[in-house]
Amino acid sequence: MAQDSYTEFANTGFGKKLTSALGLPQPAKLRRYRPEDPIIHGPVMVIGSTEASDTLARHLLGWGLDVRRHIGPKDRVAAVVAMFDSVATPAQLSETVLGVGGLLKQLKSSARVITVFRDPEHTEDPAVRAARKGVEGLTRSLAHEMRAGGTANGIVLHEELDMAAPSVAGALRFLLSGRSAFVSGQFITVDSVNGTLPTDWAAPLAGQVAVVTGAARGIGAAIARTLHRDGARVIAVDVPAAGEQLARVANEVSGTALQLDITRDDAGERILDHAEQYYGRLDIVVHNAGITRDKLLANMDSSRWDSVIAVNIESQLRMNRALLNSELFNRPEGTVGPRVVSLASTSGIAGNRGQSNYAASKAGVMGMVSASSAQLQARHGTVNAVAPGFIETEMTAKMPLATREVARRLNSLNQGGRPEDVAETIAYLASPAAAGTSGLTLRVCGQNLVGA
Amino acid sequence: MAETPRDAVIIGGNRIPFARAHGAYAKASNQAMLTSALNGLVARYGLQGEQLGAVSGGAVLKHSKNFNLVRESALGTPLDPRTPAYDVQMACATGTEAIGSLANKIKLGQIDSAIGGGVDSISDAPIVVSDELRAILMEATRAKSAGQRLKALAKIRPGHLAPQAPGTGEPRTGLSMGEHMAITADKWGISRQEQDELAVASHKNLAAAYESGFFDDLVSPFKGLNADNNLRADSSMEKLTKLSPVFGKDLGENATMTAANSTPLTDGASAVLLGSEEWADAHDLPKLANFVDYEQGAVDFVDGAEGLLMAPTYAAARMLKRNGLTFEDFEYFEIHEAFASTVLAQMKAWESADFCRDVLGLDQPLGSIDRSKLNVHGSSLAAGHPFAATGGRIVATLAKLLHGKPGKLGFISVCAAGGQGITAIIEGR
Repeated sequence: MAQDSYTEFANTGFGKKLTSALGLPQPAKLRRYRPEDPIIHGPVMVIGSTEASDTLARHLLGWGLDVRRHIGPKDRVAAVVAMFDSVATPAQLSETVLGVGGLLKQLKSSARVITVFRDPEHTEDPAVRAARKGVEGLTRSLAHEMRAGGTANGIVLHEELDMAAPSVAGALRFLLSGRSAFVSGQFITVDSVNGTLPTDWAAPLAGQVAVVTGAARGIGAAIARTLHRDGARVIAVDVPAAGEQLARVANEVSGTALQLDITRDDAGERILDHAEQYYGRLDIVVHNAGITRDKLLANMDSSRWDSVIAVNIESQLRMNRALLNSELFNRPEGTVGPRVVSLASTSGIAGNRGQSNYAASKAGVMGMVSASSAQLQARHGTVNAVAPGFIETEMTAKMPLATREVARRLNSLNQGGRPEDVAETIAYLASPAAAGTSGLTLRVCGQNLVGA
Repeated sequence: MAETPRDAVIIGGNRIPFARAHGAYAKASNQAMLTSALNGLVARYGLQGEQLGAVSGGAVLKHSKNFNLVRESALGTPLDPRTPAYDVQMACATGTEAIGSLANKIKLGQIDSAIGGGVDSISDAPIVVSDELRAILMEATRAKSAGQRLKALAKIRPGHLAPQAPGTGEPRTGLSMGEHMAITADKWGISRQEQDELAVASHKNLAAAYESGFFDDLVSPFKGLNADNNLRADSSMEKLTKLSPVFGKDLGENATMTAANSTPLTDGASAVLLGSEEWADAHDLPKLANFVDYEQGAVDFVDGAEGLLMAPTYAAARMLKRNGLTFEDFEYFEIHEAFASTVLAQMKAWESADFCRDVLGLDQPLGSIDRSKLNVHGSSLAAGHPFAATGGRIVATLAKLLHGKPGKLGFISVCAAGGQGITAIIEGR
């Protein structure tokens, strides 16, 4: 992983002064999740007087947070939850928005602004949809305006959904916590009352079995570690050629190593056999394995194109068919079903020069995820994608220095994310507390300016 | 078959790819290689923190500093450090002996789980000083005064300083293993063509096994090597017949042993996980096969009464008799290819009515071995032969071959330096 020396420098006393005087980007040290830390340090303001806001406030109080409705002009604020759940016209946005605006100068570092509103697509009323779309727009803009590692994100509720649904609380807690350090300008949709909140928030995946493909290094290894930390037993999968590093990761997370080329026709069956033999169950599948074979399309050959498609999307489609046919993926009514999380990429959203193959595969992942949601929901499960932006990995460390430096700063947090940031979002989407969210592609990109 | 109190189950194995000496693992120590093989096994079967009954194995070429090689290697893994570990050594049969004796302990109920294996490095072999120099140094150590010490050290002569690398020569005959085998091959009339054909088959079979993914859960990479680097998938009779003999050259026209039909010096390590049925079940582990029985043998090769590598021929006869079995009862045969001629000479001996009657004392010959059942996924000629690691390779390969074939039997023969050898029986489940 390449050292981000600029961020180190900008966080020194002299660095802060210099970067400020020169108007240079000021990347902050982000608040990242540690199980022993509080969800967030400091008061959480809830703005909005609807019944729904009381429901959310009760959740926050239940977690021991310092929830406020009003706050003194000199008090510092850790987070603002802005309730837009009942807006019916764009004109109605102003009271809550200006309430949020008045607090922005009082925000602590790595603060959170979370907007809560109903899904714009669920209404045919032009004024209502305009108002709800307005919340999207203002949330994204606010994310650009946040400073000192702060983020702004939205929770989008299904039209009929009760605010007390477990996954609303799950999303709220994820966004408040350090788990979402590198998530900004994004929206988490909650569609159903599915889901359960953990008895122990430090081990939300306790008792569950998770498969992580591409687990030998980089983001995959971080996912394996994070799922293990959250209580899951991990099956670490990678190609036989990566076996030495795979064993290291599997031993580190007290899991089992499965050397497997996921492009094999029977890869899904082999994973299922392994899960059945060693654990007798399978709850979480993280399709992380992926490759890049960059070339301008004019110079693309079939081996570069086909291998990327085969590894990054065809294998996932084939494995998902096997998983969905498996008894291990069936769950009785009233329990949380299997959860699948796939790695997409911001390249799949915005496209990227030299990555037509990669972008096709990753856009394909997002298509697969949205189209598979019904099948997973029929098993009380979910399928979602995570689209990382610029992440500090062995792969990005190989980029030319100037390109890497530019890529790092091209987002609202002015820095690259870490593999752990991607892993935290995956662990959240894989948790029973996110069972009401499915078919979503959630970006972990610090609000990358590309493909916003 | 012989009754035992309970089964010893082979759960699985792991080895690092075998590497030709002074190549990919030139800078890897025995301990590093064995630790890697063990770590891969622990990872595959989720044994982190597990206290096993024992870890046993060894190395044929070993530094004196590695007096506790297996224990030190096991301590480098996530296994519970309270797992006992110890070294055994029986030349090229080290791995098989380690596994066999662990299986016996499991059958007797002394332990419930174990790892057996071995490692060898030609590239990291111990270099020793001459006996003369060693005597002088020991004398200096015993000296009570500086004067005495200087007097002792003054005896050192330049000639004493030449280091001595270990060889594969037999201490009692001075002949290399290859020269010994050349004598046996000549005695049994093993042709060059038969040997080359066996070598080609070994390469083809091993390459096909890799290609099919057979080794995906038996081998994990080490130091950037993903597969045995002695493997030549394009090996052919055409290429092999061009080579000149390297052993038995004084046989002239009858010299048949070349670099291709003899195993190269190799570095590598292997490990096999064993357990009782109950232990395997309690840990949700697969049960590939049972380690049924094994037999050691030794022959009088010093006086030339028998070939150096023929001991398994004798061990097999005793082992089959004890278990009431014949070759017809076996589905697969794994005969370690120290040299192609070793395999062929053993098989000729078992086919020979005279030998079986006069030497082994049998009523009838043990019979011939169907070549389609022999070393079906390749053997040492292709994979290479890091002496103590070969047993683990063979046991794990055969156990996987027999998995899903309950009751089907596999036969193992491993020859060893010093005129010794081991045979073993494995039963699929």
